[in-house]
Amino acid sequence: MSRAVSEGASGDGSGPDPVSNPARRRFLGSVAATAGCAAAGAPAAAAPAGAAAASPGPAWGGSSLRDAFGSLFQDHYQRMSKDEIDAALARIERNAKRTYGVDIHCEDTKPIPGVLFGYALNISKCQGYRDCVAACVRENNQGRDSQVQYIRVLEMDSSTRNLEESEHYYNPATVPVQGKYFMPVQCMQCENPPCVKACPVKATWKEQDGIVVIDYNWCIGCRYCMAACPYWARHFNWTDPKIPAEQVNPVTNYLGNRPRPRGVVEKCHFCSQRTRKGRQPACQEACPTGARIFGNLLDPNSEIRYVLANKKIFRLKEELGTEPKFWYFTD
Amino acid sequence: MPILHFLADGVRAILRGTRAYWLWVAGLAVLVTVGLCCYAQQLMHGLVVTGLSDQVSWGFYIANFAFLVGIAAAAVLLVIPAYLHDRKDFRSVVLLGEGLAVAAVFGAMTFVLVDLGRPDRIWHVLPVLGRFNFPVSVLAWDIVVLTGYLLLNLGIPMYVLYCHYRGREPNARAYFPWIVLAIFWAISIHTVTAFLFSASSSRPFWNIALLAPRFIATAFVSGPALIILVLKAVRRFARYPFGQGVIDTLALIMGIALQISLFFVGVEIFTDFYNEGAHSASLRYLYFGLHGLGNLRPYIWTALALNVVAVVILTVRRYRRSSALLNLACVLAFTGIWLEKGMGTVIPGFIPTPLGEVFEYTPTAIELGVSLGIWALCALVFTVLAKAGIALERGDFRLADARAAGRPPKQPTG
Repeated sequence: MSRAVSEGASGDGSGPDPVSNPARRRFLGSVAATAGCAAAGAPAAAAPAGAAAASPGPAWGGSSLRDAFGSLFQDHYQRMSKDEIDAALARIERNAKRTYGVDIHCEDTKPIPGVLFGYALNISKCQGYRDCVAACVRENNQGRDSQVQYIRVLEMDSSTRNLEESEHYYNPATVPVQGKYFMPVQCMQCENPPCVKACPVKATWKEQDGIVVIDYNWCIGCRYCMAACPYWARHFNWTDPKIPAEQVNPVTNYLGNRPRPRGVVEKCHFCSQRTRKGRQPACQEACPTGARIFGNLLDPNSEIRYVLANKKIFRLKEELGTEPKFWYFTD
Repeated sequence: MPILHFLADGVRAILRGTRAYWLWVAGLAVLVTVGLCCYAQQLMHGLVVTGLSDQVSWGFYIANFAFLVGIAAAAVLLVIPAYLHDRKDFRSVVLLGEGLAVAAVFGAMTFVLVDLGRPDRIWHVLPVLGRFNFPVSVLAWDIVVLTGYLLLNLGIPMYVLYCHYRGREPNARAYFPWIVLAIFWAISIHTVTAFLFSASSSRPFWNIALLAPRFIATAFVSGPALIILVLKAVRRFARYPFGQGVIDTLALIMGIALQISLFFVGVEIFTDFYNEGAHSASLRYLYFGLHGLGNLRPYIWTALALNVVAVVILTVRRYRRSSALLNLACVLAFTGIWLEKGMGTVIPGFIPTPLGEVFEYTPTAIELGVSLGIWALCALVFTVLAKAGIALERGDFRLADARAAGRPPKQPTG
């Protein structure tokens, strides 16, 4: 099957599917495959003109004075009491209403005990459709015109694994491409993350389930983590992220996909708003080829454990000692 | 309270100046205002007004930061002869060196501040109130050493001047340990700043042991270059005499440091290019360009040319002793190191990205405007400190006079 490369292709973004359900994923894949024939090479998901989200809004956290002060003096996530977190969540919801005109729901999703998330990606299957990229942007409320994307799919010549030979902006009429393979790169959720060491204010840390998260209200925007990351996984909000009202995903969490302010760093968080509730990450759900395997590394019966035990696997830049929890494998 | 008299007289010294002095101050104030206007734009629209990107996430601001930390560290080249070698001629100018260090650290910190996406959250680095990632984060170390260096270089001269003001000899036993501390501290600020970059195993261009030695060597070029020019200007405009030996010694140090720096450049080029591999990509981009892109080539080749001419002047004794040629060498080396250490060290670390993308960076007019403003602010801080320092050192103001005049130690205005 060959079809257009899509960045705005639509997959079924809703529905409570259990983690690791290959049948369901394959079904979704075919839905996405038939639905997705958007214009090739359109950068990011194109935002309709005149969307309600146009007003830039103040940078310092909100237009109401009380909320602005509330955000300004908000404590670090790990030091806030239950009440303080609830107040912060309410502020985020009010802010989204003011900025985007949308009622969102923001909660504080905690890690599930006994779960350590890991990802495995089959580069024999990945064909470079970039449906994962588009689904991620939608699910995680990335700024549309700022074109922040957590996943970068590299087009590689079949003869090499040298990243410097990779094509980042590949744009053929159709994929797959003869003589090429594709390698999606996103945050590896390192067990030994250099970005966490770099942060001068502990605004980013590794949670119990292995996800490296960012408190967007604590980040000072120094971008040292971006210099430290070997996977180019971290992205900065150079301007106010803008999302057309009808495209805002209203189901959000504090450390994950809630709308971000300007001037802070963000990155892939394994869709913590979904995966901590037993759902698949959006990229896995959107993948039309079934190349993506996500699951609990501590569960010996999980699909990902099967892959790690039985496939030829490798990790990116393993030699740096970062211990990524993101594996690549081949059939 | 004698300390209030002291501070009030210091401010009086700053407010009492010739027309040329006020023209200089006014000129700097205009440039600072230009910088403020540009920064206002940045605050309003975000860092999108800079040429920075996810690919090249640090640029002109951090380049200037790294360079200024070097200038600050180089003040140690006046402190060591003055206090450790007991050179009387250096004693008379060491205060100016410390003033320069204060201005440079202040400027370096300001460059980091304007680079922040959320300057409103700067309090997050404070102990207790904030959450400081010390000792894990190298950036946290940098904040500690820069703040400490700032305090040392404010405290030591203040103490010495205060003693002069009261007509007493400074107690060597009291301040000498602080001098020794300040000497080690000076080296530490630039080492930690180099570690900021060399700690990133994700960036092979920075991730080399040579980076810190190179930073120190180039600091001992750009620092003395600036100090020589500033001292000559102070001697001329503030009519503050000091021995020629100071200039000669600094020029000699600068020449040797520049020879070492150029040797380091050669070492890096050999190591990266003899067996060229992935680790050499940034250096290749810097000197020759990659995939047809090579924005930094003019910077690095200009830097190399300037430094080579400067090293010739500084190495040949006859040229070095010529005042005009020495001035030229100082300007050339200062500019050369500024280009090499700033644009030539910070930027190529990001190119290509860890995923192999070559994405270029060019500073925007707003970045240049903000930077110009910060440099003017540095000059203003130094001017003010030097003005007060020289007046107090020369004994223009004394506690006895202040008391005799019965002046209340008021907070002056304006």
